[in-house]
Amino acid sequence: MPTNNDLAKLKQLPDATGHFGPYGGRFVSETLVSALQELEQTYEKLWRDPAFQAEFDRDLAHYVGRPSPLYFAERLTAHAGGAKIFLKREDLNHTGAHKVNNTIGQALLAKYTGKPRIIAETGAGQHGVASATVAARLGLKCYVYMGADDVERQKLNVYRMKLLGAEVIPVESGTRTLKDAMNEAMRDWVTNVDDTFYIIGTAAGPHPYPKLVRDFQAVIGREARAQCLEQTGRLPDALVACVGGGSNAIGLFHPFIEDEGVRMIGVEAGGDGVETGRHAAPLTVGRPGVLHGNRTYLMADDAGQIQGTHSVSAGLDYPGVGPEHSWLKDCGRAEYTAATDEEAMDAFRLLTRIEGIMPALESSHAVAHAIKLAKEMDKDQTIVVNLSGRGDKDIHTVAQIDGVEA
Amino acid sequence: MSRVKTAFERLEQQGRKALIPYVTAGDPQPDVTVPLMHAMVEAGADIIELGIPFSDPMADGPTIQLACERALVHNTTIIDVLGMVKTFRETDGETPVVLMGYLNPIEMTGYERFVELAADAGVDGVLTVDLPPEESGEFVRLLNERDMDAIFLLAPTTEESRVAEVCRHGSGYIYYVSVKGVTGSAALDVEEVASKVAMIRSHTDMQVAVGFGIRDAASARAISDVADGAIVGSVLVNQIAALAETPDQIPAAVAAIVKDMRTAMDA
Repeated sequence: MPTNNDLAKLKQLPDATGHFGPYGGRFVSETLVSALQELEQTYEKLWRDPAFQAEFDRDLAHYVGRPSPLYFAERLTAHAGGAKIFLKREDLNHTGAHKVNNTIGQALLAKYTGKPRIIAETGAGQHGVASATVAARLGLKCYVYMGADDVERQKLNVYRMKLLGAEVIPVESGTRTLKDAMNEAMRDWVTNVDDTFYIIGTAAGPHPYPKLVRDFQAVIGREARAQCLEQTGRLPDALVACVGGGSNAIGLFHPFIEDEGVRMIGVEAGGDGVETGRHAAPLTVGRPGVLHGNRTYLMADDAGQIQGTHSVSAGLDYPGVGPEHSWLKDCGRAEYTAATDEEAMDAFRLLTRIEGIMPALESSHAVAHAIKLAKEMDKDQTIVVNLSGRGDKDIHTVAQIDGVEA
Repeated sequence: MSRVKTAFERLEQQGRKALIPYVTAGDPQPDVTVPLMHAMVEAGADIIELGIPFSDPMADGPTIQLACERALVHNTTIIDVLGMVKTFRETDGETPVVLMGYLNPIEMTGYERFVELAADAGVDGVLTVDLPPEESGEFVRLLNERDMDAIFLLAPTTEESRVAEVCRHGSGYIYYVSVKGVTGSAALDVEEVASKVAMIRSHTDMQVAVGFGIRDAASARAISDVADGAIVGSVLVNQIAALAETPDQIPAAVAAIVKDMRTAMDA
């Protein structure tokens, strides 16, 4: 475990060149370099500007509906029979997930840079919906790239995006999921770089995206920290969040980095089980490499080809992860594990039945692990789980698994 | 002296411009690549850019994405690609071969091991699309130690203030990307390219080759009037795709396109 001084330094990352230790960086083709430099300069200037901060905070309060509650899940706690489980209710945000915190921030950047066209990639469709939403509000044209398989399994969100005026472009190449949507969004950006703002949905990609997405999402952790102190009189003992690209997790974790006693646990998609190879758990069983503009843990074969992933949740179905998670793992400040499809489904049903809260399948991975963890902890200890999104979008998937027409 | 430098010096003496075809190694199947390389040299290619297949070629359009997919059906690895270069070198000790690809296969191989194997195979340069100069220090040093060139891209979006810095890291030649977009995209604007090439030349003594958007003999000729070389990829790869079921015909068919371009450039 790093010392306090190390933790303070860890929290200050990335460095000036966008690195978190050996991870992160800016691995893009030359055409995008100037756009990323411009974005970095714009962001650094605006993020320090009180007027920008005030506008961001105002939007989060009055448009998103923040602060989101920290809810003590009493019956879930009783069920697990150990530590007290609190849910950070990002599912109650406008559009139904944490994704909107980031799209509000990036849309403000787009507004200040004067770019009229927005593109985004999406897996489960939550980031696509959040991007389409802010684009509608600002009167910007929005194009969302989505893997053809995900278009199929997230029909409801596809239609939501269309209603919001966005154009959804199904991506047929590669594995037809989130990674391919991101490839295609990058290709669009390279082609239309002059008039296009690319709203990346997770804390990954080339510098400065991992930093700015984290900064926009860190509102989750700041609120949770204050709410936990207020409700329990002390900091939580553990934080649990699901990790695909890792934006909800880094948003929760980052404000706690210097709180040495607070364990931070990211839960990846274990799919059919990490031992089967059919999963999306690069931090649990992957290795470092370079994809989508950053160096990070990846699922790749010995020849360096990116491997296909599998998860019941489209939002976690991604072979990479944000670079800050890779460094937090190597430093030992955060721990990463995986929950299987089956464990996530069980948690989805359980939370729905005993708390009346239907979590997104992504967030269900975090809930599944929190239940296990709570059993191993004392009753006077607390766990904060990031309930990153609501499960309405997944009803179709769950019904299919149940063999029911929905 | 590197083969790339020798090739450009010879061209300069002859008053000719470089024709640089690109094909993806292993497309549509591994045994086509070496005969294809020889056929392109025979037809007038001065340097060969050989693509290392990658599962996620983010800077490429559909043509080269599909070429990668065809090559990967046969599990064409980076080690296999180096083997093809080695075989090519058995009968061609002169034509420079530049590998072009993405960083992850090189990272997984390990920089030192890759550079060692590439030097041993007779590779002359490496262009890594997603490795800009800022991230390239260690890799470039290792390549240069073994007399291989690190070739970098410049783009229409590259600020003039950055051009000299990119050139300082590179050697061999500069690959100027003629259009904003992916490979195989929009038609190029020759006048615009001419002014950019002139600007680049004011910052470096390196030769400037131009790629993206060259699709026929006329555009190859137009580019060779304003730059030191024309790089042509997607049009050749489309021909390979069309003949994927009859791979024996690929070397001659691709060579015919190369030859047309050569003739137009030398006229």
